[in-house]
Parts: sequence; C-alpha cells; structure tokens
Amino acid sequence: MKIQKGSLLALYAALELGHDPERQLSTADIAEKYGVSSHHLAKVMRHLVRSGLIQAVRGVGGGYRFAGNPGRTTLLEVIRLFEPMESTIELTGTASTAAAPVIAELHSIAGEIDELTQAILDTITLRTLLNAIERRASAALPAAPRASRDRQRRPA
Amino acid sequence: MSERGAFPINIRNATASDLDAVIRLDMDTTGTEKRAYWQEAFARHVAPPYNGRLFLIAEKDGVAVGFIVAETRAWEFGSPPCGWVFALNVATELREHGIASVLFNQLCARLRLAGVDTLRTMVAITNKVNLSFFRSMGMTSGPYIELEKRLE
Repeated sequence: MKIQKGSLLALYAALELGHDPERQLSTADIAEKYGVSSHHLAKVMRHLVRSGLIQAVRGVGGGYRFAGNPGRTTLLEVIRLFEPMESTIELTGTASTAAAPVIAELHSIAGEIDELTQAILDTITLRTLLNAIERRASAALPAAPRASRDRQRRPA
Repeated sequence: MSERGAFPINIRNATASDLDAVIRLDMDTTGTEKRAYWQEAFARHVAPPYNGRLFLIAEKDGVAVGFIVAETRAWEFGSPPCGWVFALNVATELREHGIASVLFNQLCARLRLAGVDTLRTMVAITNKVNLSFFRSMGMTSGPYIELEKRLE
C-alpha cells in the first residue's frame, strides 16, 4: 500500500484538529507544524470540509475545526477521501485465454490483501492513532526523572 | 480490586456462582445461549488456582456487568508461551464507560506478574467493535496469519 501525499496531508490535518475538537487552526498553522506546502494543504482542507470531516470557521480568528468524533473517525474514512483503496493490476496487451485464469487468481489474492488492509485501517480511530503517537513520542524521550516524565505526559 | 472508569468498577476472579450472569451477558451480545460451552470454560478457568488461566469479572454495585477470559498457551503453532484473550464482554447498556479497558488492563497486569510478556487474540475481520477496542488498547497485527480452507 502506498499512502499518497493528499492522504498524508489530510491525516496531519485530521490528527491536529482531532486532538482537540474545540480548537481552531489555520492551514498555515498546520502547514508550518508539519513542514508541508500550505498551498497543497489548502486544497486538501477544502476537500475535508466538503466531506464534512472538518468545518471552516469564518471571521476573525477563523480557521478550521474538527467536525466529527476522533474516537469514531477511522483512518480508512480519511484515506478513502483521497485515493482508491482497491488494488489494481496493470494489464498489458490483449488478455488471452491463458492469461484469464492468472489474472482472475491475482484479483482474488489482491482482494484478500485489500480486505486485510481495509480491516486494519477501518479499526484504527484518530484517537487510537493519537494515543499511539503519544506513546511513541514518550518512548523516544531520553530517560528523565519520574516527576518530569509525568509532567510531560499530562495533557495541556 | 477496584479501579475507577466512568464509575466505580470492581474487578475480581470469577466464581462458580457467576456462570448464569456470564451466560446472560454472552447471550445478550451473540443471541445464542451457550450453556455447555460456558460450563466447560468455568471448569477449566474458574475452579483451579492460577495455572496460566484467568477469568475476571467486572462488578458494578455488586452485579456482574462484564468479563474477560484468557489463558497462557505454550508452543502452539511454534509460539513461545504467550497469553491469549478468548472472551471479552460488557453489558450492552454499560458500554463506552471504560469497563472493558479496566478488565483488559487488569488482565495484562496479572499476566505480566505471571511472567507473560505477549498477549494475543483473534477477532473476526468484520467485528469492527472488538477490533477497534483491541487496537485502542495497543494491540497490533501479530506475526501469525490465520488460514482456512472450506472442506467440501
């Protein structure tokens, strides 16, 4: 599976906004944090708004806000907005009688892989991903006195 | 042992008197009464002292509202000893209050104390609720793939 650029940008935005659904952020805020093009991210944000996953907030201090429930929204729902999730087989030439069963079997195998991929992506919510990212970040921290570690883990 | 989720929940070892409550909780979820299955599970997991098998009950106000069952299996499919969760249930009306998380964490703590360092389970690919729950508890795909063949 190859996660396309649009999906990755959408996940950055969804995670950032889903971390605190009450918070409003601009495209520039998110682009700066993740070091990505704000022009490309702006297109992705419009797509996310159309899908109903995020909400555009107008006026002074406007920006975007998460519109769903991070504990319910899955990675599959986000990624599917930007790319097809089904494997494809690049066919060359005209399919012959000999090629047909080979292609049919490969389609069947690709279907098995797709089913697993989608089951995994469809059962990881943004909240689960945020927690896993937090655990990974904590594990990567250099050893610190216990009290200091606890302070770092405490939500703002 | 008590832990606090959304409200006080007591976690304790199952006793023989929990059989009917477990059968009812399971039936409410699956729609099938499996009395013989649960009688056998109680005989294996409830009667003896800890021997790699755990059957924990979550109690709210003295009423059984959930359970988790696990055992340690060694060298099955070539795997070194590891814990297997094979049943988890919470009363439908009390879900999303953190009871399953408390049960799961208690189970992990007890297995860890017993020297177990890996926990596995198997969930139907279509069972999004349970898959999402186990994912949220930090479980990921393991190094085994379940295979099957229809015998005609």
